[in-house]
Amino acid sequence: MQMREWLDHNDARPGEDDDRATGYPFGFMDEGAKREVRRSILKAVAIPGYQVPYGSREMPIARGWGTGGIQITLSLVLPEDVLKVIDQGCDGSVNAVNIKKFVQAVADVEITTDTRSATVIQTRHRIPEEPMTAEQILVLQVPYPEALREVEPSEAETRRMHAEADYSRMWLFLYEDIVKYGEISISYRFPVTVNGRYIMDPSPIPRWDVPKLHMADTLFLFGAGREKRIYAIPPHTRVEPLEFEDHLFRVEDFSGKVCARCGASDTFMDEIIDNEAGERLYYCSDSGYCDKRYGQCNNH
Amino acid sequence: MQQPLIKVRGLSKRFGAGCELCLSSTGPDRESNVCPHCGSVVACNDVSFDLYRNEALGIVGESGSGKSTLVRLLHFEWEAGGGTVELHRTAIVPALDEIFTDGADYSANLLGLSPFQKRQVRNALMGIVYQNPFLGLRMQVSSGGNIAERLLGAGWRNIGAMRKRSAELLERTEIPVERMDEPPMNFSGGMQQRVQIAKALSNNPLILFLDEVTTGLDLSVQARVLDLIRSIRSEFNLSLLVVSHDLGVINLLCQRTMVMKYGRVVEAGLTDQILQDPQHRYTQLLVASQL
Amino acid sequence: MISVNNLSKSFNLHILGEKRIEACRNVSFSVPLGGFLGLSGPSGAGKSTVLKCIYRTYLPSMGEVWYDSAGSGRVNLATLADREVIAIRTREMGYVSQFLKVIPRVSALEVVMEPILARNGVTRDEARQRAGALLERLRIPPHLFDAYPATFSGGEQQRVNIAHAVSWKPRLLLLDEPTASLDRDSIGIVLEILKELRREGTTMIGIFHDTELMEEVTDEVFPIC
Repeated sequence: MQMREWLDHNDARPGEDDDRATGYPFGFMDEGAKREVRRSILKAVAIPGYQVPYGSREMPIARGWGTGGIQITLSLVLPEDVLKVIDQGCDGSVNAVNIKKFVQAVADVEITTDTRSATVIQTRHRIPEEPMTAEQILVLQVPYPEALREVEPSEAETRRMHAEADYSRMWLFLYEDIVKYGEISISYRFPVTVNGRYIMDPSPIPRWDVPKLHMADTLFLFGAGREKRIYAIPPHTRVEPLEFEDHLFRVEDFSGKVCARCGASDTFMDEIIDNEAGERLYYCSDSGYCDKRYGQCNNH
Repeated sequence: MQQPLIKVRGLSKRFGAGCELCLSSTGPDRESNVCPHCGSVVACNDVSFDLYRNEALGIVGESGSGKSTLVRLLHFEWEAGGGTVELHRTAIVPALDEIFTDGADYSANLLGLSPFQKRQVRNALMGIVYQNPFLGLRMQVSSGGNIAERLLGAGWRNIGAMRKRSAELLERTEIPVERMDEPPMNFSGGMQQRVQIAKALSNNPLILFLDEVTTGLDLSVQARVLDLIRSIRSEFNLSLLVVSHDLGVINLLCQRTMVMKYGRVVEAGLTDQILQDPQHRYTQLLVASQL
Repeated sequence: MISVNNLSKSFNLHILGEKRIEACRNVSFSVPLGGFLGLSGPSGAGKSTVLKCIYRTYLPSMGEVWYDSAGSGRVNLATLADREVIAIRTREMGYVSQFLKVIPRVSALEVVMEPILARNGVTRDEARQRAGALLERLRIPPHLFDAYPATFSGGEQQRVNIAHAVSWKPRLLLLDEPTASLDRDSIGIVLEILKELRREGTTMIGIFHDTELMEEVTDEVFPIC
């Protein structure tokens, strides 16, 4: 059954000549639920990096598939918004497309793949290459919001650690990593200190994207639907990856690599092995950006 | 006369609901620390003492006397039921000036600080070595990492500097430096105690709590650990609080001693006086059993 | 400098059916600054008890022990706070027992250096030199300096013990049969050292099993019975 049909099927008032799903409030969630999410967002913005617990609602997709991000997006969007949804940089993946269609169906927003023209971007595991502005909001889907979970299984204990800024065990984890592997082996979910206070999980973005969070013009909202947490990085907030004076944080190295499609050499790239030629090829992970560059090149 | 580094007054801890009869129904005269009326355990009641700089104070007593409880309370691991612990203002706790009011020689009651403040006091001033190394060490983390954890807590952010400091401390505590990246799990009991000591010393504490540190070790290993403690004591200008049931250990390390029984201090004095002229019935029994 | 007034000491042995042992009773004497008082009396009369009460290893049951301390003024050692007793022991008051209190695994040289080092202003090298000279004078062969006194003969141990007690030149020195297990030659050396200490101003109270010897070194002998 298509989502369209499913929504129509549940429509209590059929026959309205309206492109929106009817029988549901604007934005699918009822007003009380949206208000609660917005209130949690406000609290999260007020305490940068702090995980605000909230009553995560059931969404018509499974938890762990972006329900935290969707609830934030649905609570924020207005009909005049322009939405972009990406999954690991890609506008066209099944997950991204489903979410896009759903939000469009329940909130009647315009959809785009262009980072610059979007007002709200929901993303899984990437931050777009093109710099975002103060007019835009980036909503990040978060599978595991607790940055300290790796070192402490107990939720009660991690809350205490956050409350008391007792982070030496997290630092110890990184120390051990360096002792064992000569460098910090974390490639995704690199822990950051927000506003000099809370250690935060920036969601599974690559290290490449972490510096984009620092003193940005854009509001970043993080939603973990399964774990029922919302947190935020307001614009112009210090976001510092955990690093040592003699082992500084480094982003992935793509020097000498060029996108096989658009020719970019300054983006985060996916490595693809061409089965026939046995060649290693690199492509921009941000498909929207790649498309844009590719189009420009071909228009010449 | 020098002023005490910490002043402890009326320190108490009770486990259980408690009732009005708890205190009068327990203690050395009643031969129990369990209240017969409500079943609460009076682990430690009305303990007062001063600890001076560079001195070693012994606390001796059998298990259940409350001596380990006392250490846990002073190390902020357990919440005290009552009493005060005040710190002399010469003990500098970085970024914690607010615990000293202007002009006062002693801090506010440390037991009333927030958990965050308590941890800062602990990180800046205290070290502890437990009988059970599992309490003091992360057995799966490298020995160097165990030491680094305290340094990280104190704000160190340079791996090279931390490893240098860890190596120095391990060398000082006679652990081969090349085993720095091995977890204490691989080590013998005596070595684990020495790693604990290295960890406890890493932040240059003023006060070191030693809770039955040689209990359960082979005699020759005990001797080595005690020798180490004796030598670091003067080298690091430490105030020691030595908890032991072994009068030999107390005699070797401490000039002053308190004797505890069923949660109460029954006697306190110079260690040689406690050993040669014990006043309380229980101390006499303890000394007689030792020899 | 020190005056003992009506000092009594009894032991209350709770674990032996509240048995009471009277060790000494109404002892009074005084010693002037720089004096040397000998205590005599039959064995069991309480001579050692008096010394231990002054040193506060025993808590006097009754009476006073007034001492003109260089650092703390006139104090009653019978009731002085533990901390202040420790301060006086550290800075002024020494005690030599009949037996060496062996600190395990500390070399003979270290045993003698330790009290010298505990007093400020002496370098380790200087302390080592002074301790070595003293041990040599007491005829401890240099090859034993680094050995543990626990393995020494009784006489050697006692000589290390004396070196330990006198090395830092205490202001008041209590001697409880310091020569008991020594041969004649060693006794001669010890007496020489004690006489030197006196010349340098140390006040002493001593018990000697040999009355002749006691009369030779002390100014006055006080009988305890």
